[in-house]
Amino acid sequence: MSTLFDEKIHDTLADPKLQLAIYKATGRLIEERRKAIEPDICPDYQELRTQANAVKRHTIEHLDYYLEEFARNVEAHGGKVIFCRDAEEVSDFVLSLAKERRAGLIVKSKSMTTEEIDLNERLEHHHLESVETDLGEYIIQLAHERPYHIVAPALHKTREQVADLLTDKLGVPRETVIEKQTMIARAVLREKFLAADIGISGANFLVADSGAVVLVENEGNARLTTSAPKIHIAVAGIEKLIPRAQDLAVFLKLLGRSATGQWLTVYTSFLSGPRRKDEIDGPEEFYVVLLDNGRTKVLADRERRQSLYCIRCGACLNHCPVYRKIGGHSFPWVYSGPIGAILTPQFLGVRHEPGLPFASSLCGACAEVCPVKIDIPQILLDLRSEVKKAETREGKNRLERLAFRAWAWVMRHPRIYEIAGMAAASLAPSGDGGWVRSVPLSAGPLRAWLSQRDLPPAAPKSFRQMWRER
Amino acid sequence: MSRETVLHKVRTALGRNAGQPVEEPPPVRLRIPEIDIEARIASFRTRIEALAGKTYAARSAREARDYAEGIISGRTAVASNAPILREFGITALPGVQTGVTDREELRALCATAAVGITGADYALADTGTLVLLSSQQEARMISLLPPVYIAIVKRERLLTGLDELLTVLPHPAEQTSSMVLITGPSRTADIEQILVRGVHGPGEIHVVVV
Repeated sequence: MSTLFDEKIHDTLADPKLQLAIYKATGRLIEERRKAIEPDICPDYQELRTQANAVKRHTIEHLDYYLEEFARNVEAHGGKVIFCRDAEEVSDFVLSLAKERRAGLIVKSKSMTTEEIDLNERLEHHHLESVETDLGEYIIQLAHERPYHIVAPALHKTREQVADLLTDKLGVPRETVIEKQTMIARAVLREKFLAADIGISGANFLVADSGAVVLVENEGNARLTTSAPKIHIAVAGIEKLIPRAQDLAVFLKLLGRSATGQWLTVYTSFLSGPRRKDEIDGPEEFYVVLLDNGRTKVLADRERRQSLYCIRCGACLNHCPVYRKIGGHSFPWVYSGPIGAILTPQFLGVRHEPGLPFASSLCGACAEVCPVKIDIPQILLDLRSEVKKAETREGKNRLERLAFRAWAWVMRHPRIYEIAGMAAASLAPSGDGGWVRSVPLSAGPLRAWLSQRDLPPAAPKSFRQMWRER
Repeated sequence: MSRETVLHKVRTALGRNAGQPVEEPPPVRLRIPEIDIEARIASFRTRIEALAGKTYAARSAREARDYAEGIISGRTAVASNAPILREFGITALPGVQTGVTDREELRALCATAAVGITGADYALADTGTLVLLSSQQEARMISLLPPVYIAIVKRERLLTGLDELLTVLPHPAEQTSSMVLITGPSRTADIEQILVRGVHGPGEIHVVVV
């Protein structure tokens, strides 16, 4: 585990206000989801998951075919598809289009994919103003932070902190009433929508048979982003495809329920191409940017490619006992929680944060709530093994390997095992209130591990002794 | 730019060749329950009201028009070019502007109007959802920019749910560049999980079922 990862975790654990905020927010989302999938409300919930998994598996296994079908259909409706290998290709495309069209102001709706490639920063570096318009995203953009949670980006911010931010950055009088804060943001962003030259959105789904981008949201900012400016650019990972518009009957029901417990979100937009000849409004140009940025690496692994089924509902974060303690910003990349713990090492390499796949109790809650049934614990185990293999190659875990080899040898020799056990029991300090709070090795390599854990005192008789005496 | 590179990497990762056909995808899963029209209307209204939307069952064009007039109550309104609105006399109400076909003009109008009024192509009973397809008659901005929104829905347009919509309309892109599903007023809970309505879209919606 890197020092930075360790420090961020400890900072989060030491902040009681933050702990409460995470606990309450995720707790509420857990409860809302539970209510929305109750058998009398959604009797076919498990069947929907099975179908979603089957459709995603099929699509990912034949991704090249569906990418081509999607591109053909976007073009048939007058849109353009741009394939990009990485972040730089995306920003190059947006920058050159902005230059050609003399665009200066961009409005953005929420997109994890653009967070992944730091698109705002890249555009601002070239003097383009790129404004996030989802309320939570707007707040964290003002604060120059990353989203704390996939669906609730400003989950960690209190109304007091938002009040300070709005005063600092917008120069408005300090306002701590949440309704009024929201209206301040609405007024500022309304001006931006009406003045913007380009709208950039993400995509929740890309529909191959329609060449359509599907967006779900509650605020209306994604609708404004994709309809008010003359140019709409959707940026999406290549894994977002589903074969048919009719598949939405399954995915939309699962997404809203898993994310926030909504049967459907307030707005679902199904967008294909620029406005048609007889339509009154809508964008005049429509682009879909399809991003690789490491996804084809994930795709190459037969088992792990299921990571690409993810529909970014955030349910695994809410239900994860680790996320609920260490929060979103402890994670080393934009994707946090269990899904982040499997995506980050696959996209950035296991050496980026070797501690990440180990920061899990493998309790399995993530897999149980995943609407597309990604086997996250299995992938975590697989990644752990990869981390250890890499460390062995680098000769980094000699001591650990030696210890385990010794352990294995002792385990194969019953007499020695018994003697070692008796020796350890007699050496162990007696329990303080029933628990051993420190052992002689506390200063050694096990210090960090033992600092958070107490041991039960040694039993007066070993199992073997009891067995012999029975 | 990198089209062939990315597609090539995808194919290599999957061990597939260019142009290799695919096996059949899993059959689509669509389930349409048998629910009579009165039950559909009841469910539709219950769901919208659960989301703090308002509904009104009008027995005649006149009742629908009177209800709309009461909501507008002298403020400025933009009505879409849906024939039903003209037919019901809603476009002739005081303060209502309609018949706009220019993009910029419509946007400017919607940005200042207090009320937006549209028809709806379909409505979904089980979720309380309005379905609007962009066309010559319906624009995107009218249901989005004004803070108050009124939709007039004919009762025969009420479908059971999303599954029936996608059965009736398996390929929405053949008809429109934009199909939007609207389920309740615009909302957010991004600060401390406190629910606030009307953040970007309308915070007040009225659905008149005729």
